[in-house]
Amino acid sequence: MTTPGQTVGPFFGYALPYAGGEQLVDRSHPDAIRLHGTVLDGAGDPVPDALLEIWQADGAGRVSREPGSLHRDGYTFTGWGRAASDRTGTYSFTTVRPGATEPGHAPFIALTVLARGLLDRLFTRVYLPGQDFAADPLLSALPRERAETLCAATDPEGLRFDVVLQGERETVFLNHD
Amino acid sequence: MSDAATQSEISAEIDALAGRGGAQPKLDYPPYRSSLLRHPTKDPQHADPETIERAVPVFGHRDVDPLEADLTIQHRGEPIGERIVVTGRVTDAAGKPVREQLVEVWQANASGRYIHKRDQHPAPIDPNFTGVGRCLTDQDGWYRFTTIKPGPYPWRNHTNAWRPAHIHFSLFGNQFTERLITQMYFPGDPLFGLDPIFCSITDQRARERLIARYDHELTVPEWSTGYRWDIVLGGREQTLTEAE
Ligand SMILES: [Fe+2]
Repeated sequence: MTTPGQTVGPFFGYALPYAGGEQLVDRSHPDAIRLHGTVLDGAGDPVPDALLEIWQADGAGRVSREPGSLHRDGYTFTGWGRAASDRTGTYSFTTVRPGATEPGHAPFIALTVLARGLLDRLFTRVYLPGQDFAADPLLSALPRERAETLCAATDPEGLRFDVVLQGERETVFLNHD
Repeated sequence: MSDAATQSEISAEIDALAGRGGAQPKLDYPPYRSSLLRHPTKDPQHADPETIERAVPVFGHRDVDPLEADLTIQHRGEPIGERIVVTGRVTDAAGKPVREQLVEVWQANASGRYIHKRDQHPAPIDPNFTGVGRCLTDQDGWYRFTTIKPGPYPWRNHTNAWRPAHIHFSLFGNQFTERLITQMYFPGDPLFGLDPIFCSITDQRARERLIARYDHELTVPEWSTGYRWDIVLGGREQTLTEAE
């Protein structure tokens, strides 16, 4: 009886993105990092009409129960953010590195991907760089080169994570059912 | 656009794929041309949800003004078109209401035109209608919007392609994994069978769950007509194995 999904379509840009959506913390926060990257299609071309949402624990691995993601007060960490890709297919969030929510597992940011041309939302995870793949149930269940599509790279501003919708280097997308 | 398909070519493709997917849209669905390079080719990887994925972001009255649920009062004047109420209940697959959770909608105006700058359809913009609304569900999972019935609109998937009238919905459930973005349709739309987005849910009974029902009990005398549309989140695996 589950209600089926449908594409977000081309016209969400005036409805879903909002001011401050991509700022889970202020840039001046001592632990602030940038999480950014490009959304790419099967031809390797940037996807300029994608919408990304992240949901994550704070640095200590705590899950926020605070409202306020749509009207941020600059102090409360809600753990959730939304950013549209721009003309060059790039997106950017300001956030903190999450702590792990289960002991021994690799910490990650949960990511939802929506786009025109994509008929349903996709789930994936953005793992922090330098994880012990063997210790994590998901990373160890995947061939090394597939697991690597889930790992952000360190860059001077923080973390870089590209979303590849299709092809050789296709991101691993998840089914939680 | 010289190689654009005709409607009958697209309809033949839709027919050939009928019943080939499941109760969710088929991501690899060539009749929807924009999906060609944007669908994953590898099977999704199963992952047991971790604590963060079993939780969900919290939205509250700081996030949403109750007036945002009425799309007809956002400007000085009354928008043109058929005023409607759209309401229903959001539950999870176990039947548990999704309480105090965010529902977002966006839609074209009565003539099938979006405010979005990329919408090139030469139909009039209504200065009194933006077509964006939000609300929080109540303690029992109910949402309610007052709006204008959207018009169908042309798009460039193929020659003479038209979308059935629809309202886009964005929903959060009781868990992050229940996130849903979808579209609500109106009963009896003649464009259903011609539309590759609607038909990408190749199970006919499943896609009919996206069609609201006219409900005279919701119609407000001398004011608006009423539609009921209930939403069930999560539990996708169960849906596939259901003996319907
Ligand atoms: Fe639309």
